[in-house]
Amino acid sequence: MNMAQNSTFLFYGFLAAWVIVLLYVISLAQRGAKLKKELEDVKQLVNSKAEESRVR
Amino acid sequence: MREKLTYGLALGAAAMFTYTLYRILLMLPDELMQGAIYRIMFFHIPAGIIGMIGFFVSMTMSVWYLSSKDLKFDSLAASVVEVAVLFACINIVTGSIWARIIWGVWWTWDYRLTSQLVCVLIFFGYLALRRAIDEPTQRARLSAALNIFGCVDVVIVWKSIEWFRNNHPGPVLSIRTGGGQMDPRMDHTVYLNLIPLLLTGIALVLVRTRQEATAREIDSLRRLAHAAA
Repeated sequence: MNMAQNSTFLFYGFLAAWVIVLLYVISLAQRGAKLKKELEDVKQLVNSKAEESRVR
Repeated sequence: MREKLTYGLALGAAAMFTYTLYRILLMLPDELMQGAIYRIMFFHIPAGIIGMIGFFVSMTMSVWYLSSKDLKFDSLAASVVEVAVLFACINIVTGSIWARIIWGVWWTWDYRLTSQLVCVLIFFGYLALRRAIDEPTQRARLSAALNIFGCVDVVIVWKSIEWFRNNHPGPVLSIRTGGGQMDPRMDHTVYLNLIPLLLTGIALVLVRTRQEATAREIDSLRRLAHAAA
């Protein structure tokens, strides 16, 4: 068995596990930011609708 | 409170990882037949276990949703499935890297590998289904049905190394064999590394459930705005 290749692939294995977790955390952060913005937009929309109905 | 808990879990996981990585890389000797590459199993096995636990937890949540019709359980099921799929993917990728060295191939269609791949595809289907349906109750009902169906495959994945003759190694952990298949120090390290991975998984589920709650709030505000128009 090639020991150098063995250790290299062990490194790849650990790296792959962490990269998968990291990519998921990045996607979670992006989704979180998008949801936050969407929530603010919808809240503004609801407020403006409420304002409109009050004026009417 | 939830944010503090999430950070606490992440910090706990980081501290535990520091110790387990020290133990895995510096304390344990190379395996006689496999050399250093066997150390992949300290991530491969716990990731597989957490994936399976996650799928069963999400199935329980789906059953709860079907009996209570409370959308909170549906959101929880979806969050847990997403994180369980993540761990199942880690399990497949690390296993494939191990296989390249030990078997000389990246992939073989044996029962364990194939059933795990099918499992991941079913739950990717679950996540795709949720994106495809806008109406919350219909989405929750259909995805709960798929979740329960998917868990049948999880049982097959779990038992496949006992039921069928595989290239994949048979059960080695003391929890399944009663011990004697593996050096106890290696056996303990697998369980030890399960803890930080589990803490990481719980922290990710907490973040995801919070996002699901925000999405529900957006949904209800949109309905309110629509009704006011």
